Amino acid sequence: MSIGFVSACYLIAAILFILSLGGLSGQESAKRAIWYGIAGMAVAVFATIFAPGVYNVLLILVAIAAGAYAGYVVAGRVQMTEMPQLVAALHSFVGLAAVFIGLSADIMLTRVENLQLSGADLDVLILGRDITAFGAALWLKDAAELNIFRVEVALGIFIGAVTFTGSVVAFGKLAGRVDGKPSKLPGGHMLNLAAAVLCLVLLIMFVAGAGIWTMLLMALLAGFIGWHLIMGIGGADMPVVVSMLNSYSGWAAAAIGFTLGNDLLIVTGALVGSSGAILSYIMCKAMNRKFVSVILGGFGGTSGPAQAVEGEMVATDADAVASLLEDADSVIIIPGYGMAVAQAQQPVAELTRRLRAKGKKVRFAIHPVAGRLPGHMNVLLAEAKVPYDIVMEMDEINDDFPSTDVAIVIGSNDIVNPAAQDDPNSPIAGMPVLEVWKAKDVIVSKRGQGTGYSGIENPLFYKDNTRMLYGDAKKSVEELLTKIS
Amino acid sequence: MKIGAPKETHEGEARVAMTPASAKDLAKLGHAPLIEAGAGLKAGFTDEAYREAGAEVLPGAEEVFAAADVVVKVRPPVEAEVDRLREGQTLISMIYPAQNGELMERAREKGATIVAMDMVPRISRAQKMDALSSMANIAGYRAVIEAGSNFGRFFTGQVTAAGKVPPAKVLVVGAGVAGLAAIGTATSLGAITYAFDVRPEVAEQIESMGAEFVYLDFEEASQDGAATGGYAAPSSPEFREAQLKKFRELAPDMDIVITTALIPGRDAPVLWTKDMVEAMKPGSVIVDLAAERGGNCELTVADQKITTENGVTIVGYTDFPSRMAAQSSTLYATNIRHMLTDLTPGKDGALNHNMEDDVIRGATVVREREITYPPPPPKVPAIAARPKEKVKEPTPEEKRAKELATFKQQTKTQITVLAVGALVMLIIGAFAPASFMAHFIVFALACFVGFQVIWNVSHALHTPLMAVTNAISGIVILGALLQIGSGNWIVVILAFVSVLIASINIVGGFLVTRRMLAMFQKS
Repeated sequence: MSIGFVSACYLIAAILFILSLGGLSGQESAKRAIWYGIAGMAVAVFATIFAPGVYNVLLILVAIAAGAYAGYVVAGRVQMTEMPQLVAALHSFVGLAAVFIGLSADIMLTRVENLQLSGADLDVLILGRDITAFGAALWLKDAAELNIFRVEVALGIFIGAVTFTGSVVAFGKLAGRVDGKPSKLPGGHMLNLAAAVLCLVLLIMFVAGAGIWTMLLMALLAGFIGWHLIMGIGGADMPVVVSMLNSYSGWAAAAIGFTLGNDLLIVTGALVGSSGAILSYIMCKAMNRKFVSVILGGFGGTSGPAQAVEGEMVATDADAVASLLEDADSVIIIPGYGMAVAQAQQPVAELTRRLRAKGKKVRFAIHPVAGRLPGHMNVLLAEAKVPYDIVMEMDEINDDFPSTDVAIVIGSNDIVNPAAQDDPNSPIAGMPVLEVWKAKDVIVSKRGQGTGYSGIENPLFYKDNTRMLYGDAKKSVEELLTKIS
Repeated sequence: MKIGAPKETHEGEARVAMTPASAKDLAKLGHAPLIEAGAGLKAGFTDEAYREAGAEVLPGAEEVFAAADVVVKVRPPVEAEVDRLREGQTLISMIYPAQNGELMERAREKGATIVAMDMVPRISRAQKMDALSSMANIAGYRAVIEAGSNFGRFFTGQVTAAGKVPPAKVLVVGAGVAGLAAIGTATSLGAITYAFDVRPEVAEQIESMGAEFVYLDFEEASQDGAATGGYAAPSSPEFREAQLKKFRELAPDMDIVITTALIPGRDAPVLWTKDMVEAMKPGSVIVDLAAERGGNCELTVADQKITTENGVTIVGYTDFPSRMAAQSSTLYATNIRHMLTDLTPGKDGALNHNMEDDVIRGATVVREREITYPPPPPKVPAIAARPKEKVKEPTPEEKRAKELATFKQQTKTQITVLAVGALVMLIIGAFAPASFMAHFIVFALACFVGFQVIWNVSHALHTPLMAVTNAISGIVILGALLQIGSGNWIVVILAFVSVLIASINIVGGFLVTRRMLAMFQKS
């Protein structure tokens, strides 16, 4: 295969990747678009394996086979509620690979330099298959290009390491293996800043030719930043964190692309990086928070005392809710992370089917940051076979609440908090929320009387038209199902 | 505790304070329900139904009073009934304590506790036991039905083959619970409904029910309804004059007038005078829901339906809820049941008469040989009628100016970003070698394409998007593939591991995305 042919394959792969992402604009086109992505990847990998200057094909096939088998098993077994963890884990792989490739690139550069010093001839080496195409490319770089090359290596390693440890922590938090509460070492962000400054110093030393130890140390420091940064961010901010790490994994791939001079890596990395960046932006917008304040952890300062909440929470039981639903014509269900935790999506879907069978209008309202991953609720509901055309986005459905008979809040809290609109002193003031309290009746399924993740009182629970259905979401809905045939 | 409901003794009263359904609910609270034989018959509940619901049926009122710890009734007790009460027994019923002082005195001597359903404070939490509201709701509905049965025409306008029928015009005076119920019923029958109330803040409620609010041209510092417990307060003579003038204007046009105006603790104000009745068309109907307290209409005769000389029918019945005994018993029994729920916080059948509780304190009029009426004002203010801050509608000019300003702002930001971006590019271009610039151009364009493409991704597919970007970021496999042929064994190992984990990403990412996308089904 000639270099020109490989480049053509890369172009095809890049276009297929773009089409594959573009196809996600609709559920039906996405089903086709995924094949574009798979085809693009296949073209890219085959073209690379059979490109000139790539050796050890047997080793490659073993590695790919083992990895593919592992990926196949994981993808087949993962529960939809575990998607956030899986996504975080996959990010960490990209980060780790980026670190390895960066380090390898530098080792190869040292080897090429040694060969140059030993007076070997490039053409002989290529013919003797003693140097890879990448090594040959390094051979030809001049001094300025080598400096740039070292900066690229350092960037790839830095971003890769941050992505790796950050994703590992995010994975731990999402899987419940690490405490979800934000925690920081004494010194807080000053430690991160110090580590970052040190990394910059190491980068300068590396470019000046200090050797590979600077890069190993940098990988460790960057790893510390990633670990410490994500440890300081709480569970409900995870949608932003995961989107951000998604973005980083893309930038890491792009940096590696620069290092290796591979345009397809650059293009794909840039696509993934901008995708993650946009997701982070959408998530932040949905929480009305600045990206920096999310990443630096904790809620912004409040400007005054929160409004006192009047009234009391009125409990109800499955009987009453069942009769309320019997009488209702239109119902909107607002799921949140609590539904995922309780694995209540199946009974909720069954409830939806039964109510719809009675000719009632049942819809779902999804807040952009509901759950722990952008779009997480949609996937859970889809898994439970809730048709996607009754699952609405916040902007589509928010105006319909006043004409709705019953709104059922299952396991969400802050995203339905009226204080965001009414109380300018609330920590979440200005955050767009689902206006469930405008429905005639609101049922809140909740484990206990406590506040949500953010620790903010939710005046919704005290409203006259709100009834609290205490207990585990799954049990509550299943009990409800016994009353509704 | 045994909860007993005797038959109502008042002439013509068809309601009953316990239904089979409420008996069942009371049993859930740990109580034993009792009922006098035949007590529910007029409301359509047979003794058999009560027995099935688990209530014990006793032959007479005497036995019920003797056996029950708590007696529940609809109408205020007559003297004979009060005499049957004993020390420690509780009576829950309508009492009207302002009019029935003597009754309460007798009960006090007996040592019984009396809870007045009509004294339940009008706060949000107590709405479920607000018997006055539930009865008023029924009265309002029934008033329209009575009016309809005495009115010789359709409510709704129709164009038939036999000619055009104009819609009936209904005026509802007083938009309390009864008034609003009447408005709702009248509009749903198709009548053109007007409504009047002295409290301008109820205009919104009236309009939400589909009626037109009759505005008065009158400036007066209006009193906040919330300060008087949600009821109307007496108005000044000038205001009254203006009001009557308006009614006089309306009288000839109205087919049906339903008056519901009551002021707590006073006789009903006369709002529909004799001359207004005379001004009305023959065949018109007036239903006076205030007949018991003298009537809002000057000519009303309590408990009777009369027809005036000019052919206007005036209905002065005072027993509207009783005329719909099945419905009103159900609601009233539910109110009672909610009251008992609050009195039995433990759901263990033991009464806990907590006088610290605003609702229980407010409703209790006699307790421990003391008359506890009137209650202190409730701690929670009634009906939150906070004055609304009006947001000024921007004029079209202001809107346009604002749009223009946003547009200018956007243009400014965009140009700034472009300028800064271009400057950065130029600086990089000036120093970087050509080979780098070639890649950099690709990178910048790819970012641009990425931003354009991702904005169109539907929110519902964000998780598949993340999974698919996971898969394609496995493209780092290319880097490892390019390196794996190196002569250095460390590089080979690192590249081998990288290829392996990148393959996990690629295969795992694509497969899980496919799995997810396959789940999205249209209904």
